[in-house]
Amino acid sequence: MADSFMAQWVYTDTVKDHFINPRNLWKEGEEFKADGVGEVGSLACGDQMRVGIKVRDGRIDDLRWLTYGCASAIASTSMMSEMAKGMTLEEAYHLTPSMITDALGGLPEHKFHCSVLGDKALRAAIDDYLERNGMPNPYKGTTAKVICECKGVTDQMIENLVKSGKVSDFEELQRETGCCTACGKCRSRILEELNECLHIYGK
Amino acid sequence: MDRRTVYLDNNGTTRMADEVIAFMHSNDPLYGNASSMHSLGRQAAAGIEWARGKAADLIGADSHDIYFTSGASESNNTVLNIFRDRADDGDARNRIIVSAVEHPATIETVKYLRGRGYRIDLCPVDSIGRVKLDELERLMGDDAALVSVMTGNNESGTIQPVKEAAAIAHRHGAYFHTDATQAIGKIPVSVADIGADYLSMSAHKFYGPKGVGVLYARHGVPLSPFVHGGHQENGVRAGTYNNQAILGLGKAAELAAANLSDEHDRLWDMREALRKGIEERIPDVVVNGSNDEALCLPGTLNISFPSAEGESILLYLDLEGIEVSTGSACATGSLEPSYVLLAAGLDVELAHGSIRFSFGRYNTMDDVDYVLEKLPPIIEKVRAMSTRRI
Repeated sequence: MADSFMAQWVYTDTVKDHFINPRNLWKEGEEFKADGVGEVGSLACGDQMRVGIKVRDGRIDDLRWLTYGCASAIASTSMMSEMAKGMTLEEAYHLTPSMITDALGGLPEHKFHCSVLGDKALRAAIDDYLERNGMPNPYKGTTAKVICECKGVTDQMIENLVKSGKVSDFEELQRETGCCTACGKCRSRILEELNECLHIYGK
Repeated sequence: MDRRTVYLDNNGTTRMADEVIAFMHSNDPLYGNASSMHSLGRQAAAGIEWARGKAADLIGADSHDIYFTSGASESNNTVLNIFRDRADDGDARNRIIVSAVEHPATIETVKYLRGRGYRIDLCPVDSIGRVKLDELERLMGDDAALVSVMTGNNESGTIQPVKEAAAIAHRHGAYFHTDATQAIGKIPVSVADIGADYLSMSAHKFYGPKGVGVLYARHGVPLSPFVHGGHQENGVRAGTYNNQAILGLGKAAELAAANLSDEHDRLWDMREALRKGIEERIPDVVVNGSNDEALCLPGTLNISFPSAEGESILLYLDLEGIEVSTGSACATGSLEPSYVLLAAGLDVELAHGSIRFSFGRYNTMDDVDYVLEKLPPIIEKVRAMSTRRI
């Protein structure tokens, strides 16, 4: 009788596949001389990622990663690593969490924000690569989306303020940027972005 | 070893005992409404009174003090609601004190009450998760109405000093409630020995059916209904009796009382074999709670694997047929890992990397061997993937 109820795994088959067989893992002792390395995440949410890239002719030639995190964190970083390989730096820089999630066939809502950090680690690795080589970074800032239109506050500004420790709550963010002080329509989206950044970069 | 299903989440819920299932089915014809005056109704009532006696015997109570509920969550809510009513009525004793490691059925309920202006205090615990009695003493006062401390913790397995906590509560004129849900069937639980005024339990934690439990309320203590609308249970708990479930609870209580001492030793032996096996095979592990038999529920082993995250471990184990639980935030959908482990001072990373193995009646030493074969390579794999690899 009980067999008539098929057990569903908590994640999609694609997630399961990447979880069981993670691609491009940075194996211990492996000779991988990264041209750039990026790390994001915090233990507050139990997810942390490190990405190393090799760059050739302006493209991601090869990539390795490590993740401390749950199954969706492992699977999404693994999926990101497959997608990013061969991309130009510009394309790689604009890889978004939803592109990764779509490729995985979806993730539960509560997993989306905390576990899909691979794209951010990848951007950090590209920043690192450009900085190491003394090259200008034409991408930084190009991924910014305006959230508070009255005051011109972007997601990138919020991310940077939280990252640098200048902002740790809504009031501080308002003082720093003036967001939500005019029409106030953006309040819920500002809060969402702030909470996500606090989650990723906060203590 | 061939792939097998190894259920090690018995603190989550247990498989119903074969004897309980058979007994419930043998009473299928007992469908009468136990509140009815006709024969079928009286027959059902007799069955329910039999079960009440079994539940009373299990905890050394008078059967008149046993009230059937839908489970310990309802029992806990009922007790807290009694003291909410009294606070509303202007009673000078209007403060409730509970341990910081109570089950969510208590913790979330008192947080809800606090949010509505009721006076609540949480009593801290020590590094193995035991209530600090000196802190409890300090929290007492003339305004203390109720103290609630669980008998044994669901996550760490830590056994609480409930007898001492009850004495402190009584010395200051407060009532004492214990949520004995995890302890029943694992260690002896006697309301007289503890000095409990109220006690909660759920049948499904000791091989009975889900959705049925008990509230013990000593004769003469404050009592008011949480579920209104009927005269059942002396007007304390409304709702048509769930005959089969209550009979199943009775049968499970009978089995638990009969098997207690053998079961305790068997569970502890498996727990210790697993703990020692893990410590021998896997470097750098941290046992949460106590390894003292007198301070830990016998079937519970809560262990942290630094550099490895709990949900990943849980799901890799699941792929091997091993079913456990974790204190990682990822598994719960919240942002915080286990508040029980954090309350005992555990580091956030270790709480994220905690796994609870909980043994039960249907586990054997073969299960321990199977876990010891499958777990080490999983931890090695997760750690090799980790940014925090050791």
